[in-house]
Amino acid sequence: MPDRVYLDNSATTQVARAVVDAMAPYFDVRYGNASSLHSFGQEARHAVEESRESMADSLGVRADEIVFTSGATEADNLAIVGAALARSGGGGHVIASKVEHDAVLRAVEWLQPMGFAVTLADVDGTGRVDPETVRAALRKDTFLVSIMAGNNEIGTLEPIAEIGRICRERGVLFHTDAVQALGKVDLPMDSVDLLAASAHKLHGPKGVGFLYARRGTRLVPLTHGGGHERGLRSGTENVPAIVGFAAALRLALAERDEVTARMWRLRRRIIDRVLRMPGTRLNGHPEDSLPHITNFSFAGIEGESLVMKLDEAGIAASTGSACSSPNLEPSHVLVAIGVPLSMAHGSLRISTGRDTTDADVERLLDVLPRVVGELRAMSPFKVGE
Amino acid sequence: MYTEKVIEHFRHPHNMGKMKEYSAVGRVGNILCGDVMWLYIRVERDATGREVIADVSWETFGCTAAIATSSMVSDLAKGRTLEEAIAISNRDVANQLGGLPPIKMHCSGLAADALSEAIYEYLTKEGRDIPAALQARHEHIQKDMATLEERYKVFLDRDPSKGKTDEAPSCS
Repeated sequence: MPDRVYLDNSATTQVARAVVDAMAPYFDVRYGNASSLHSFGQEARHAVEESRESMADSLGVRADEIVFTSGATEADNLAIVGAALARSGGGGHVIASKVEHDAVLRAVEWLQPMGFAVTLADVDGTGRVDPETVRAALRKDTFLVSIMAGNNEIGTLEPIAEIGRICRERGVLFHTDAVQALGKVDLPMDSVDLLAASAHKLHGPKGVGFLYARRGTRLVPLTHGGGHERGLRSGTENVPAIVGFAAALRLALAERDEVTARMWRLRRRIIDRVLRMPGTRLNGHPEDSLPHITNFSFAGIEGESLVMKLDEAGIAASTGSACSSPNLEPSHVLVAIGVPLSMAHGSLRISTGRDTTDADVERLLDVLPRVVGELRAMSPFKVGE
Repeated sequence: MYTEKVIEHFRHPHNMGKMKEYSAVGRVGNILCGDVMWLYIRVERDATGREVIADVSWETFGCTAAIATSSMVSDLAKGRTLEEAIAISNRDVANQLGGLPPIKMHCSGLAADALSEAIYEYLTKEGRDIPAALQARHEHIQKDMATLEERYKVFLDRDPSKGKTDEAPSCS
């Protein structure tokens, strides 16, 4: 196969060479258990704590507010379920949005039969949660609000600083899933109590994430054992991955202006060209967005076959199409922003990374009209005839 | 996830496109569920006077499996007598493709249904007797499609402010 073009960076990213290099010694040279007393253990402990401090510094938080986890799903669960279980007396009310990642939606759903009430806030046509919607949904017994920083399917940024302020005024914990936003946009750490992120979305390794938990936030751990991570997350630290996460974040922040400026330029070009094709719509917000995620719908065709056709042409992207879900239900995000169901099935998510070039995007834009045309020729629903 | 055969049919589908002069068409699926199949047949009498499916073609909106099963069912039906074609099952379609992921099995059902509906329409147009099994299948397919539309109506009309996790309808 000729060079493949990877435009699925919101699924995962290529681990940067500098990150691989930073991790390497912790597999076979400094391989100690960070809990061990001897020098091997001390080396590992030092690496973990140095990583924690480096990440905390760049976020402007304290090192002891960072809890390493196996990824953002675990961090989201620890934030939501951990905060719920820490409620004395049990029960209470949680607010999330309809466009949250499944890690948040399934976690709040899981709380329901445990006696917790859940409100899922509506979003507007671009996927944005109005802070006033959150304010209006607050109840006396609301203890947690969880609204993502930037949407993983459509890229829309949420007004988390404002929502966080509203929560703070009312003494309600505010959690944000910042998986796609970390390293791309400024995070208003002053306004959040809990924040989940993972390494593999920013050119770091899979299998590591963190939960930022503001000092004084009461959480009940979900894993029990050796009392690692201040008792919040038992389990031997994944030392190479933690080192890799810190290296990836350092790299992302060092290159941020340059990389996100390029991503914006590419995104604007993609939007301009795709919307010139008949029967297309942009899902999300044209400007108030993460720079790397762009989502479209194509009338008359189905997303999974579009992804397969692009793959055949050497281009990797993804879809929120229903065809990969058990009940053929299209993406809950596209449904929540009011994409007609017929078009929700024909969605394509294009997500760029730090290495995406103009040539990569040109190749996509060359191939896309052809494959869309081929699939429309097969479809009973004709567009632009 | 998909067999080579599925990918092969998806990449190079057989008998694709609308037929200019067709005897009947079977229309199944629902765009709201993400797959729709229209299958055209032209029925002719062969040298021995039997009615055969002289030509088949299709138009499909759907995933890789939906397109591959459309292609496969058209291959299976072409040149067959009506009786033989009626007997083509979703199992046959899936098996000929070397199997489908469990989640995609309904696509093979859709393809077999489209063929069966096309034959039903042909026999009805011709004023022929409809075999009992074909009649039952037709009623079943129509009932399923009506149920889905009703379910989606609820889905589309639902009050989004209720603040409960959406319960989307199941198409399978």
